[in-house]
Amino acid sequence: MALHNPGSSLPSAMAMVGEQWVLVEMVQALYEAPAYHLILEGILILWIIRLLFSKTYKLQERSDLTAKEKEELIEEWQPEPLVPPVSKDHPALNYNIVSGPPGHKIVVNGKECINFASFNFLGLLDNSRVKEAALASLKKYGVGTCGPRGFYGTFDVHLELEERLAKFMETEEAIIYSYGFATIASAIPAYSKRGDIIFVDRAACFAIQKGLQASRSDIKVFEHNDIAHLEYLLKEQEIEDQKNPRKARVTRRFIVVEGLYMNTGSICPLPELVKLKYKYKARIFLEESLSFGVLGEHGRGVTEHFGINIDDIDLISANMENSLASIGGFCCGRSFVIDHQRLSGQGYCFSASLPPLLAAAAIEALNIMEENPDIFQVLRKKCKQIHKALQGTYGLRVVGESFSPAFHLQLEESTGSRENDIKLLQRIVDQCMNRNIALTQAHYLEKEEKSLPPPSIRIVVTVEQTDKELDKAASTIKEAAQSILN
Amino acid sequence: MANPGGGTVCNGKLHNHQKQSNGSQSGNHKRNRIIRETQQNAKPYFYNKPFVESFEEVPMYAAIFTYLCYGIGTLFGYLRDFLRNHGIEKCSMAVERKEQKDFVPLYQDFENFYKRNIYMRIRDNWNRPICSVPGPTFDVMERVSDDYNWTFKFTGRIIQDVINVGSYNYLGFAENSNESLTTVRNVLKKYGVGMCSSRQEMGNTDKHEELEELVAQFLGVEAAMVFGMGFATNSMNIPALVGKGCLILSDELNHTSIILGARLSKATIRTFKHNNMQSLEKLLREAVIYGQPRSRRAWKKILILVEGIYSMEGSIVRLPEIIALKKKYKAYLYLDEAHSIGSLGPRGQGVVDYFGMDPYDVDVLMGTFTKSFGAAGGYIAGRKDLVDYLRVYSHGAVYATSMSAPIAEQTIRSMKSLMGLDGTTNGIQRIRQLAQNTRYFRNRLNEMGFIIYGNQESPVIPLLLYLPSKVAS
Repeated sequence: MALHNPGSSLPSAMAMVGEQWVLVEMVQALYEAPAYHLILEGILILWIIRLLFSKTYKLQERSDLTAKEKEELIEEWQPEPLVPPVSKDHPALNYNIVSGPPGHKIVVNGKECINFASFNFLGLLDNSRVKEAALASLKKYGVGTCGPRGFYGTFDVHLELEERLAKFMETEEAIIYSYGFATIASAIPAYSKRGDIIFVDRAACFAIQKGLQASRSDIKVFEHNDIAHLEYLLKEQEIEDQKNPRKARVTRRFIVVEGLYMNTGSICPLPELVKLKYKYKARIFLEESLSFGVLGEHGRGVTEHFGINIDDIDLISANMENSLASIGGFCCGRSFVIDHQRLSGQGYCFSASLPPLLAAAAIEALNIMEENPDIFQVLRKKCKQIHKALQGTYGLRVVGESFSPAFHLQLEESTGSRENDIKLLQRIVDQCMNRNIALTQAHYLEKEEKSLPPPSIRIVVTVEQTDKELDKAASTIKEAAQSILN
Repeated sequence: MANPGGGTVCNGKLHNHQKQSNGSQSGNHKRNRIIRETQQNAKPYFYNKPFVESFEEVPMYAAIFTYLCYGIGTLFGYLRDFLRNHGIEKCSMAVERKEQKDFVPLYQDFENFYKRNIYMRIRDNWNRPICSVPGPTFDVMERVSDDYNWTFKFTGRIIQDVINVGSYNYLGFAENSNESLTTVRNVLKKYGVGMCSSRQEMGNTDKHEELEELVAQFLGVEAAMVFGMGFATNSMNIPALVGKGCLILSDELNHTSIILGARLSKATIRTFKHNNMQSLEKLLREAVIYGQPRSRRAWKKILILVEGIYSMEGSIVRLPEIIALKKKYKAYLYLDEAHSIGSLGPRGQGVVDYFGMDPYDVDVLMGTFTKSFGAAGGYIAGRKDLVDYLRVYSHGAVYATSMSAPIAEQTIRSMKSLMGLDGTTNGIQRIRQLAQNTRYFRNRLNEMGFIIYGNQESPVIPLLLYLPSKVAS
């Protein structure tokens, strides 16, 4: 009716009137509706309101267990025993008892033998100068440090040892740990976290495996000393990276290898590894427990052996329990890398520091190593000698480099079961012990190792063994093998 | 933390939270009466002496100032980072090699933010080198920094006779007097320092056997096994005891070594609130009734990991309650007595002795020799079958070097002294003196108005300073 009139107020007024009219119609319709319809609608509305306010319930909740049933479950539950029983004649249960120092002439189970089992490569365990230095330190500092490095557990001896190690290895900085096992097991997780990638050799030792496990990174295992396989894995990773460049830019890569492998006695191909490092941008962590104080012209390890610039290796970790005949471990490298461990290395920050007498012993051992650089040559000569002498042993093959002071004798033909192999080797070891040659089998945790090496006898060569003793050992082993394995 | 000089004097309220102990509330005399009653009724009692722990609340203004302090520090940190990145400020940090500039960076920028900006400014407090035996007083090497703590130089001077409240030398066995160290000297001369082999191979000497027998005798258990490092004792043995399919209930404030051992074991880990028995019981009930999370299978075993004294809070574990819980729910208890062995209890035998409980109730007794005995290393003790199992399957027995002989001898001599086997009452005197000193020091600090945490009897006293700048001064 009033549509053609200009003015804005009119259409809105029209709308309001229209609305009112619709509302009136609604109310009217309400009055006119049949009763049952109204009642039904009312009930429906009330039902909706009730549903909206009622408690929700989860389908899976076990609220169906009554308190009585819960008590019954608690009564019935039987856990496994804390430890499974170990049979009395388990081979690893009865330890050899060494009375006296585990030096060159060792008294095992009452018998005096020549020691071919302790990692005393440079014979410094019994050295009088080392003992004197330890005694002097004992007089000054007592025995323990009673605190971690952060809380007054840092002694000037520790600082001196770190400086000396850094100078000896020709790196910027070194950091010492109070236990050899904890060294590499704390160093790896300090740098490599969840999401990073680590390429590790299959024959890596147990401490490295624990470090890898603690780091929660992606582990890619390459076959022992197989550079082609490592390159293949690295290439594979590169292709993955190209698919996701953003992720690749923050994923760190590490290659973890050992200088001389404890489990196989072989050396890692370091020059090729360094080439791969620069090609695929991965950092190298080198574990030199067996090669520190053994390889190289001055005993600096596998980098000196191959003539590689030590700055090419990001981190070198070694324990002082082999050549230096002390306790503990150290890591060395550039300050940029090593300094991080002072706040992130768990075995460094949260553990008491190395007792000063052990540190003083290590410093004196370093002094001896620096003063007599020809012992390394002598050691390597002895290794080669016995290595050659043991070739051709009946039923046993020699596994390891000829210049490696710790090598293995494995059965050429396994009996089929690991347990029997171990028993057989133990008989050889026992017979050698009876003839005054102290040997040991290489012990492993069978269920925990990632790739279990075959059972073997581990032979360790030290500088203190004379030629006659080496010959005697070789002939004893050969005879024992001949008589037992025949 | 050392050097409590110059802290804030607090006027805050002292809530002496006498934590729930069998339902009794405030009032010592009332508590004792209740306990005595239950004793008469021959019902199991929990505590035969008052268990007083206080964790005082921080006063409001201190909390505000602390947050403000950290906030300002963070802002300045961002500012300095910005200046450093643009070359306006000189960067004294070590940098990556030129040849490796295009590698993925070794540290994420933010990881090191705290270290670069906040830690560096006050890091003079930590890692201070000393050059004498860490006895009641020691000599600290003086060091100065010209460039705001980025590098330190030693002036060559030594600050002598500084009172030592920082080293964990509870019983004073860190000493270098000639007569007390005679046996250690002899052992060193005979055995040398190193061991060069693991326990299972050629590293087990008669000294180790002697020490293990002595530890077992000291603790009143069947057998014990020793390891070369306390930290590694936890991280190497917890994985040997539990594995996949087992449940670990660990206190939320446990030490890093325990957490590392638990993680390496691949068992499921659940944490309960610190020293809170209701939380622990709730977790235990849930675990036993409902089993593993998705498969609902029963857990293979449940292991409760607690410490005797918690080194950062100074609180003592509620051992009687935990033992009652573990017996009811058939769980196993692993007690780490790193700080409490030798320092608690009338005979120094640790928290088990302090509460007067039976050592066989605790399934695995673990401890270290570093703190009360002035040596190094750790032990695990318990029933013979437990120790036999560890001799065969522990990571430390197979792969790690055994303890050094002179260190073992130091432990032997201090333990003999504590047990009175050396013919003197020296050991008992030390224990009594420690308890007296603890009470005196705590009372005095309370009188002076400091906020300290922890149990009344615990020799570890955390003294709270709150503001990071106060810590530096």
